[in-house]
Amino acid sequence: MSGVPVSMAGALNRALADALADDPAVLVFGEDVGPLGGVFRVTDGLAARFGEARVFDTPLAESGIVGTAIGMAMNGLRPVVEMQFDAFAYPAFEQITSHLAKMRNRTRGRVSLPVVIRVPYGGGIGGVEHHCDSSEAYYAHTPGLTVVTPGTPDDAYHLLRASIASPDPVIFLEPKRRYWTKGELSDVAVPMDRAVVRRPGADVTLIAYGPLMATALETAEAAVEEGWEVEVVDLRSLSPFDDATVCASVRRTGRAVVVHEASGFGGYGAEVVARVTERCFHHLHAPVLRVTGFDVPYPPPKLEEHHLPGVDRILDAIARLQWDDEVVGCRGA
Amino acid sequence: MSPTRERTLLPTDEPLSLLDKDGSPVAGSPLVMPDDDVLLELHRRMVVGRRFDTQATALTRQGRLAVYPSSRGQEACEVGSVLALRPADWLFPTYRDTVALVTRGVDPAEALTLLQGDWHSGYDPCAHRVGPQCTPLATNTLHAVGFAHAARLKGEDTSVLVLLGDGATSEGDTHEALNFAGVWRAPVVFLVQNNGYAISVPMSKQNAAPSLAHKGIGYGVPSVLVDGNDVAAVYAVVREALESGGPTLIEARTYRIEAHTNADDATRYRTPDEVAAWLDRDPVDRIEAYLTSRGLLDAARRSAVAAEAEEFAARVRAELNADRPRDPAALFEHVYATPTAQLREQAAALAEELA
Repeated sequence: MSGVPVSMAGALNRALADALADDPAVLVFGEDVGPLGGVFRVTDGLAARFGEARVFDTPLAESGIVGTAIGMAMNGLRPVVEMQFDAFAYPAFEQITSHLAKMRNRTRGRVSLPVVIRVPYGGGIGGVEHHCDSSEAYYAHTPGLTVVTPGTPDDAYHLLRASIASPDPVIFLEPKRRYWTKGELSDVAVPMDRAVVRRPGADVTLIAYGPLMATALETAEAAVEEGWEVEVVDLRSLSPFDDATVCASVRRTGRAVVVHEASGFGGYGAEVVARVTERCFHHLHAPVLRVTGFDVPYPPPKLEEHHLPGVDRILDAIARLQWDDEVVGCRGA
Repeated sequence: MSPTRERTLLPTDEPLSLLDKDGSPVAGSPLVMPDDDVLLELHRRMVVGRRFDTQATALTRQGRLAVYPSSRGQEACEVGSVLALRPADWLFPTYRDTVALVTRGVDPAEALTLLQGDWHSGYDPCAHRVGPQCTPLATNTLHAVGFAHAARLKGEDTSVLVLLGDGATSEGDTHEALNFAGVWRAPVVFLVQNNGYAISVPMSKQNAAPSLAHKGIGYGVPSVLVDGNDVAAVYAVVREALESGGPTLIEARTYRIEAHTNADDATRYRTPDEVAAWLDRDPVDRIEAYLTSRGLLDAARRSAVAAEAEEFAARVRAELNADRPRDPAALFEHVYATPTAQLREQAAALAEELA
């Protein structure tokens, strides 16, 4: 692909366009995705290029969007639908958990549902309530769903192509505050079940995904001044979980911090901590810590900066990992 | 356009019918009486369906089925609507529509798989063009609309029939589905089997509109009110709706003679007199009276149909009385197209546990 940097929203747009061009069974629909091009312009120009039969606006009804997508997939199409904002997807929750996730299992493999649900999620954009939720734990808890979230434009392109090609339903969580982050696209496909080490480091593993990937990388940069080499792992796929990549990193470093925007209690990070602890206990020099949003409803925009984990809070957590002064001192010397 | 569709979106005040409760033809009905061979087939399938239903109820008492929601009394809806389908059409049923499934040709043991406490859909939906039975109310209405819209987009001549009950009309999904169907002009028929009760909650506490069929008006969906115990009328309106090429909402007024399921005590919420009044409007008796008066149904055919029904019930008994082995490894199959690493680990752990 071209070496010209593209925004994450642009990468998603290109992925949708390429999928529509490659496979006549692919459809894109939802609220305002047609002529408007979506409220974040991710579907910009697609209706004009591919016509109203393939890219179209629906009535404003999320359960209706997902429920009809299920019927269309049963009839051989590959719907890619948009939920517009994270919390707006909740009316569709029953269709997602009771039907979309279970159809393959319920029909003993006779009916598969290749449906992608795009959910712009997370905060940091000054949005009002219901526009900034991090709902990944709800989806990741549901067997039958694949849940992925890109942290870079390149992952956004390739993960969306892979999601559309998947024979199973995929919840595609788009970190909306990174829509305008730019990066180059590669020609290398991204697997849907593999985490990746974004930055190598020997002292501590920082496990992040989606909107906090960039924050994690900033933290790793800042940690250099403290003499800490932070390894950053980008999960990319929240379900299934790539134990192999994550545990290999933690065994190397012996310390780990998991970060996400969503509330901590019962959150996705708890699963990561549990898995790492179960598998790497004898390699750990410290408890695995979480840095998450507080256990509060998503706050108003004027307070969100206090809720969302930032570099300082993550550095504090790394500092609390009971560092062996001697080791740090040696490395700093 | 045929007489019923010439009407506005509004349903009639009284249910449309072809046969009165005694089986006499209704004068001036706007509906088209089905051909004689269709009427005989409707009768045969209703008799077999009823026998199947009583057999399934008996198997529940014997512990062979975990639960069975009977549709006794609703045979005209179950059979009339399904026989109106063409081979290419699809059916999206609910948990109460097992008689509809067997009428569509689903093997009875496969139709009862869910109710035996086994895997959800024992039949192949694609082979029979029948969606999995839906237990959460009204969710299947959206699947039906999506399926029908996809058929339209693909240029296929496929219509879709979705079955729902009176309680399901209160669910949001029904309204979203009617709205989508109206906007898209999707070839989908919503057949509401209004049997008077959503478990124990009567119609008076479910709905304030003049009829459930009235709920189509606001969505621009033509609506029909039909006598749900008149199989000829149900067949006629469903057939016409399927052929219309657009959406239709049909309310069929009927009654569930048995309780909601074997776990329910219907005497707590309805009177014996009410049940007796509906027994007097029995859908099977009605078509039998008509066919007999026309000379189409004689004693020989009647006993042949009864024998077929007994044979069918005997096969159901035999199949359900046989214990079938179940493989615990099947737990991990068909969660994803390719099992995840986590599922492979768990399958291995269970296998070790059982070794």
